[in-house]
Amino acid sequence: MSAMETGVATAPGRPTIQTAVPADNGETAAGLAELKPKLRLRGLNFYYGGFQAIKNVTMDIPEHKVTAFIGPSGCGKSTLLRTFNRMYSLYPDQRAEGEILMDGENLVTTRRDVSLIRAKIGMVFQKATPFPMSIYDNIAFGVRLFESMSRRAMDDRVEWALTRAALWAEVKDKLGQSGQSLSGGQQQRLCIARCIAIKPEVLLLDEPCSALDPISTAKVEELIHELKTDYTVVIVTHNMQQAARVSDFTAYMYLGELVEFGVTDQIFIKPKKKQTEDYITGRFG
Amino acid sequence: MNTVTSMSAEGSARAANPIDAANPLYRSRRQVNFVLLVISGFALAFGLFWLVWILGTLLYEGGHALARATLYYQMTPPPGADGGLANAIAGSLVMVTVGTLLGTPIGILAGTYLAEFGRKGWLAGATRFLNDVLLSAPSIVIGLFVYSVYVAQVGHFSAWAGSIALGLIVVPVVVRTTDDMLKLVPNSLREAAMALGCPVWKMVTFVTYQAARTGIVTGILLAVARISGETAPLLFTALNNQFWSNNLNAPMANLPVVIFQFAMSPYEDWHRLAWGGAALITLAVLVLNILARALFRKTD
Repeated sequence: MSAMETGVATAPGRPTIQTAVPADNGETAAGLAELKPKLRLRGLNFYYGGFQAIKNVTMDIPEHKVTAFIGPSGCGKSTLLRTFNRMYSLYPDQRAEGEILMDGENLVTTRRDVSLIRAKIGMVFQKATPFPMSIYDNIAFGVRLFESMSRRAMDDRVEWALTRAALWAEVKDKLGQSGQSLSGGQQQRLCIARCIAIKPEVLLLDEPCSALDPISTAKVEELIHELKTDYTVVIVTHNMQQAARVSDFTAYMYLGELVEFGVTDQIFIKPKKKQTEDYITGRFG
Repeated sequence: MNTVTSMSAEGSARAANPIDAANPLYRSRRQVNFVLLVISGFALAFGLFWLVWILGTLLYEGGHALARATLYYQMTPPPGADGGLANAIAGSLVMVTVGTLLGTPIGILAGTYLAEFGRKGWLAGATRFLNDVLLSAPSIVIGLFVYSVYVAQVGHFSAWAGSIALGLIVVPVVVRTTDDMLKLVPNSLREAAMALGCPVWKMVTFVTYQAARTGIVTGILLAVARISGETAPLLFTALNNQFWSNNLNAPMANLPVVIFQFAMSPYEDWHRLAWGGAALITLAVLVLNILARALFRKTD
């Protein structure tokens, strides 16, 4: 059974969106254990002031795969995503404890500049956030932070990033226009292009399609599918069909705890825990 | 099943349908709306009436003086002689420019601190409070302050002192608008920049300044408009000068003080020049605002 059919079968009554994303049964069949982990979480806790939003999460996020986080609002999935690139460090009352290991380095306690971590772990937000500058500069801004290159090389990089984000054909004649003049779906793809232009290793997507129409959603999903060949993709989504369509592995979270984590097909067809099943079948959530 | 129940419900609801023009709740809402609309209309007319009157009087009384070319190239005359306001216009231009150049960078940097770095800390809170006090401080106090710390120390009035006094008036205006405008920039934009691995200073200069640019420039223009007409601080600092002066270390003529002096005099021709000067300041500020708006509309 393909991932998409799974989504339809297990969540009756919900509208589904037809996409061009092919389901890949062969790959997802591989178990978690044999895969090389990119991010290893060990006993991760997270606090907003006195409130504990993440409780003792331990898991391995595999390299070059798409891992989806699902769960009801407020379950901590977005919060978890924001710990991976140390986004929480911007706010003094937020703190994390435990380990997030990437290439042997604990990102929570590392003494290295967080800018270097963030450049390796790109993030795309729920709301498209194009910078108030031209489409070209939106891409070039991030690249210039870490690389100095000739105008020509930069042109190539901008074209490469926009092509990968499936946006080049639509904007190639108006690169000088403001990024904010684009439509919502185009803006979100611009943000993805901006993110991959600096060639990160991990891509964090925080509900990237929640404000998009079905056609833009389909484009972004197709894009996610292509991106996993080069990047480790972690996506937070409210849309279970989307998780079923795009991800190889799915994690279900509830009240800050990781309830179940496994191969997407398995989670959607035969979840091990009753709680997961209730959420997926719509009895709860 | 749903449609069946709603259809039968529709039949019984038709008898007393609340969505009807005769509904008293609806009618009283309409009446309140009408009354408030009329009151706001009167308030608007009342405000505009005085504004138009002031502008009209200025143009009517000052129009003649403005139309005479001598206004722009002759010096302020002794009573009874023919003359213009050339030295006062130049002096005002110099001091407003220097004052803006002195006050704007400090104002923008302080506003940036408040909005981007201090945020909710106690230092930012205290600074905001003191800045608001300074913002509403009578400008004569600023003039006296500069008089006592600068003019009294060096022993003479000067254009520098005038510029400093004007700069001190610019600072709180620019601090306030920069702070407010930067706070309007959504935090998601900051997070997006930081997520790329951007250092804070680059995020501020290339992203949030860009996003708040129009508002910050509007603040600077507000400050320019405010100091263009300030008389009290210049009275104690730059004083006045009957002649052309290029020396910032000496007293310098300026429009507000000339207007003040000429308007208080008993001479008819001085009165005309004062009207001309007042109209000139008003029009200059108006043109500056219109230019800036047009310029920014194009780029946005």
